Formats: sequence, C-alpha cells, structure tokens
Amino acid sequence: MNAGFRSQVAAVVERDLRRERRRGDVVWVTIPFGAMALFLLPLAIGVDTQLLQRIGPGMYWVVVMLFGVLVSVGRASIETGAQRDAVSLLGLDPAAAYVGRSMSAAGLLLVYEIVVGVVAVVLYNIEVIGFPWLVLTLVITAVGLGLLGSLAASLVSSSSAGSALVPLLVAPLSVPLLLGATQVYEGLRLGRSILPWMLLMVVVMLVTAIVGVGTARPLQET
Amino acid sequence: MSFVIELHDIGVDAGSMSILRGVDLEVGPGEILGLFGPNGAGKTTLLRLVATLVRPSAGTGSVLGTDLSSQQRYAIRRRIGMIGHVPGLYPELTLGENLEFAARVAGVSRDEVGSALAAVGLAGVIDREAGVSSHGMQRRAEFARELMIDRDLLLLDEPHSALDQDAVELVNALVKKIAAEGGAVILVSHDRERVARIADRTVELTEGTLE
Repeated sequence: MNAGFRSQVAAVVERDLRRERRRGDVVWVTIPFGAMALFLLPLAIGVDTQLLQRIGPGMYWVVVMLFGVLVSVGRASIETGAQRDAVSLLGLDPAAAYVGRSMSAAGLLLVYEIVVGVVAVVLYNIEVIGFPWLVLTLVITAVGLGLLGSLAASLVSSSSAGSALVPLLVAPLSVPLLLGATQVYEGLRLGRSILPWMLLMVVVMLVTAIVGVGTARPLQET
Repeated sequence: MSFVIELHDIGVDAGSMSILRGVDLEVGPGEILGLFGPNGAGKTTLLRLVATLVRPSAGTGSVLGTDLSSQQRYAIRRRIGMIGHVPGLYPELTLGENLEFAARVAGVSRDEVGSALAAVGLAGVIDREAGVSSHGMQRRAEFARELMIDRDLLLLDEPHSALDQDAVELVNALVKKIAAEGGAVILVSHDRERVARIADRTVELTEGTLE
C-alpha cells in the first residue's frame, strides 16, 4: 500500500532539501551571484543615490526572477533516468512529486529572496514599507516561481529538449509575477490599492499549480 | 494458469528504430527467468517494458494481471522492483536516507530501513553518502530497498556485477525468496553460468527478438 499524497509530498520536500544542504547550489552559488548582480549595478550606473533608491526595488525583483528561475530549475533537473525509474516504481504519485519539488524550491527561493533582499535594502537604501504585504509578496513570488520552474522542468524532461531551455520557458511566464511584485511595492509606496496586483500573482500561482498537478502524470509518461 | 508476465507479439519503437519486435513471453508465478543477449539486443528495454515504464508500440501484454496499455498499470508499479546496471540512488543522501525516502514514498515503516540494510551487510555504513560508497555497496543498498518493499515481480539487470561472493549469495537468496512467495524474477546477465544455476529457464534476446 502506497503512502498518502501528503506523506509523499513531505518525503520529496525532505529529500530535496537534504540534497540541497549537501550540494549547496543555492547557498554557495545562486545567493552570492544574486548579491553580486545587485552590487555591480550601482557600479555600472554611477553613485546617484536617489536614482538607486528609485530603481532599487525593481532591480531587486529582476534579480530575484532571473536567479530564482535557476533555483527552481536546478532542483528539478538533477534527477537521472535511473533515479526517475526507481522513484516511479516506489509508487510515487507524479502530482505529489510536482508539489513536493515546487515546495522545496519555494522554500529555497524564500531564503534566497530574504538574503538578497537584505543586500538590496542596504545597498540601495530601499525604504521597507507595508512589511506584512511585502512578506506576503515574497511568499507568493517564491511559491509561484517554484511551481513555474518545476512545471517547465517537467515539460523539458518529457521532451528531447535540453534543460538549458527551461529558463527560456520560465522567464516569460514569470513576467506577471515580476509585474505584480514591483507594482505591490509601488502601490505601498504611493498609497495606491495593491489588491489587483496581489490578485494577479495569486491567479498566476493557482493556474500554474492546477496545470502542474493536472499534467504531472501525462508529462512523466511521455 | 494466470501468468505474472504475458507478452504477445510485443514491439517497442524509439523514433524510427525498432528496439523490440514480435516478443512473446510468459512467466508464471514462482518462476525465475534468465535473459541473455548481446549488448544492444533490447534487454533493458524489455525490462523497462515489463516494469510498465515503456509502453509497447505493437502487440498486447499484461503484467501482474494488468494490461500494459491501460491506465491501471501505474497502480501495479509499487509491486515491481527493478535494479538496473546504473544505481538509482541519490548520491548526496546517505544510504540510510535513500532507503528512508523509499520507505516513506512506498508506505513502509521507517523502522524497516535499519533491518533491511543490516540484512545486506550495510548496518555499519548507514550514514555513508551513496556518492562516496562503492558501486557494490550501492547495489547492496538497492537490494535492501527491494527487501524492504514487498515486491511481486523483481527485474534485475546484471545483478551479480560489482558484488563480492557474500553479496551474490544475498542476491540469490532474495531472488529465491520472491519466487518462493509466488512472485516472478527476471535476471538479465552476461554471466550465463551463474544465472543458469538459479534460473528455472533461460531465453535469448537477439536484435530485439526472443529466441
């Protein structure tokens, strides 16, 4: 008798986080590169503190999206054919595998967002306003990117295309998340309503989750 | 008599290439079948087909009473064990963690992990990462996984390679145990002599066709 859906999801999350802890891809590669990108930008455009403060939040989200895609893709593309076969024969529900992979990627992305966020606040002197809403935005973006990255990786692994194509698939799909995240901050700063943008991000997240779960089995069996 | 594996005129294509052609095979409960053949004959594809991981392009077949083309084939995967010639463990996880993951997904108590590893002589290296374990140790760990999960069909690709004599005996004991419980086993090997000693019968696969 197979384990239940939730138990399988928990097993996948635990496996992925353990693998990441030993590999250190996010901690030792993605986070430093993200921070470095934020550090290099002021050098490229000059030390205009007002300009940096104005574009800082936008730059932060661009860096989160670009490097964040690599986090979720990396999690999904490090499985060999033999590992996939072994897992299939354990009776792992592909939908549980998708949800688990997405959740572990989201957890790592959240850590990444927080660390790079601190760097951005310090370097660009960004004003932190509407803290609870910003936290919610970080969580939704992390989950959304995790779901998108896992879906794209499943799409690519079911075809003959290489994993290098995954970022090309995820980058355009993450545009609504990028737009939503930047506009939430702008809305908070200018006192405008942020609900339409929050709604946009939640819809993207839910649609991706539904598509990912619904296509998990067909994509695995292709 | 209902067969554990029943294949009729099975073909498997990969693109324009035909990997298996007109394969007829019946394996009954309790039977141990040795499968031989040169490199590239399609042995691994045949194992993956029987494991429901590859769909037939032609012909009909059933495994453990389930049609290979039906959606129900997913449900029987948990009852099929397969050990390929490339280890399917996660190199970053310890041998114990690999089995713990398998136990959790398959719905087996975690308490079984320690005894399964002990049964294959790996009790002392439970915390060793799979990636730094020898090929033989990784194979033993995979056999421990199969011991832990109650399988009705076991598919082994070169089961004796990289194993010392003790481990070979363990593998043979596992094979005989599954057969004695009414399951079926297919052993793919180039070591005809060793396999012939435990197999009930042997077949030869040549260029995708069973002889």
